Amino acid sequence: MLKNKRKQRGIKEFLLVLPFIFLVALFSYYPLYGWLYAFYDYKPPKTLQQSEFVGLKWFVTIVSNKVKTREVLRVLRNTFAMSGLSLAFSWFPMIFAVFLNEIKCVPFKKFVQTVTTLPNFISWVLVYSIAYSIFCSTGAINSVLMNAGLIDKPIMFLQSTKGIWFKQWLWLTWKNAGWASIMYLAAISGIDEQLNEAARVDGASRWQVIWHITVPSLLPTYFVLVMISLANFLTNGMEQYYVFSNSFNKETIEVLDLYVYNTAMGAGGYSVSTAVSMLKTFVSMVLLFASNSASKLIRGEGFI
Amino acid sequence: MAKKAKTQKGSNGVHYKMGWSERMMMIITYFVYSIFAFVCFYPFYYILINSISNNDLSARGKVLFIPLEIHFNNFVSVAKINGLLQAATVSLGRTVIGATLTVITAGFLGFMFTRDTMWGRKFWYRFVVATMYFNAGIIPWYLTMRNLHLTNNFWGYIFPLVVQPFNIILCKTFVESTPKALQEAAEIDGAGTLTVFFKVILPIIKPILATVAIFAAVGQWNAFQDTLLLVTTPKLYTLQFVLYQYITQANSLKAIINSQMSTESIAASLAHSQTQTSIRMTVTIVVVAPIMCVYPFFQRYFTSGIMIGAVKG
Repeated sequence: MLKNKRKQRGIKEFLLVLPFIFLVALFSYYPLYGWLYAFYDYKPPKTLQQSEFVGLKWFVTIVSNKVKTREVLRVLRNTFAMSGLSLAFSWFPMIFAVFLNEIKCVPFKKFVQTVTTLPNFISWVLVYSIAYSIFCSTGAINSVLMNAGLIDKPIMFLQSTKGIWFKQWLWLTWKNAGWASIMYLAAISGIDEQLNEAARVDGASRWQVIWHITVPSLLPTYFVLVMISLANFLTNGMEQYYVFSNSFNKETIEVLDLYVYNTAMGAGGYSVSTAVSMLKTFVSMVLLFASNSASKLIRGEGFI
Repeated sequence: MAKKAKTQKGSNGVHYKMGWSERMMMIITYFVYSIFAFVCFYPFYYILINSISNNDLSARGKVLFIPLEIHFNNFVSVAKINGLLQAATVSLGRTVIGATLTVITAGFLGFMFTRDTMWGRKFWYRFVVATMYFNAGIIPWYLTMRNLHLTNNFWGYIFPLVVQPFNIILCKTFVESTPKALQEAAEIDGAGTLTVFFKVILPIIKPILATVAIFAAVGQWNAFQDTLLLVTTPKLYTLQFVLYQYITQANSLKAIINSQMSTESIAASLAHSQTQTSIRMTVTIVVVAPIMCVYPFFQRYFTSGIMIGAVKG
């Protein structure tokens, strides 16, 4: 009797959740059927049924068609460069937090934290608008340099491909570093004060406290974040690179996500673009499970 | 030597001595963080002072640190641009409606996924959370949206973002930290599941709902990619999209300025007549202003949000 009632309640609760599960199925699972397009020669006005089934043609094209292969390799190089730079400098938010924590003037610390977190909350379009205002041919930097007579012609910061990967990393860091450091600051405030006190009583200098107590206690957090960025190695998102791309730099700024978009929406290659993004998803899945297992192996717990 | 060294109060109240290398370190630290703060803050300030300064001086790059000959004509002109008010309405609409639905959903599902009684609770929780880790890709997603008639449709901005797994995890973790006895007491009094949610849970999870609200609202306000993919009718353009067009398509901006000139150039003095730069910067300020306004109030919620997310991401 009581069990029956419990069961009834369980079903009722499920029915309450059902509409939301339907939404998830519709917008996250149902689109997976779209992978079928990778096996057809799909051209927009036609429907999938009217399109010709071509099997693995598009996947083969990626490795056998010389032009396509070169394109994909170029895009992969850009992706590896951008993700590699992020990974190589992934310690930056941690160090940012460590030294910010050393500042004892609370208003200054709060101010720095507030101001450096702000860019995280604006869109890439706004970041580009800011970049444009400061760095375009009539922007702040060029005005200052021209007025001072240091240059006669404006420098084309946004068009030049010189150090573009690094420049893009700088924008990414400008936007995210302050926000990323919040997690480390919270972790620092969780460090047992007695450890610090004991070290100081024993005569440790500030450097020694940072090096032997603060940094080691942040390493687990750092490790997890590195594992997550490894899992996302191929996923840079397209927004940043889309807004910053122009006809001068498009060769070197095009990352995998942007390439998928450009191939489909720009050139109409829906099928080949879907094939590329499918491959990307598979590799990303492998990376995700690999880094999760690595995390389990080393830390005893995964992050999924 | 040790006597001369300055003492400073440590964070835990212990006084300890600073040697010269430590004092050096602190000077460099303050200096470097001042630079960081400047680099993050100045661009916003630069655009603000240029949007309210004499447009002629601004165009010649004379406005760098203090606004010159302040006027607000740019904002008046921007308000008159065709389509900008419409874009603001769309942006505001999607932010308010989208964020509201996301918050209610996150709170409700976060609560429901803690109910042991629910049929298939564990499975459905995983079913929802798994979507954080895979993605069909933008082309299949676009084709799906087209099949559902959500392209060139305002609801295309809303429906896909209603269920957000990360926010559900935040709420679920929070609900789990509240005493179960509260729910049990209500149930003994005969309250149903929905009554428990609205009368017991909702009032106590307000802090986490505030966090979710700010994440969801900022996400909706900043969204750009969905307009790019789904929308071709200018009626549904968002502020972000319009701003991007102003930056990249100088021609569209020129057309706007010319159409304004013909009606207003007589009234407006030459110095205050709008240039491409002034319009662009003013629109930037309009788009960034809402974020700037809510940001200080919600800042304290971020840390709690990001920390819960870190524990159970």
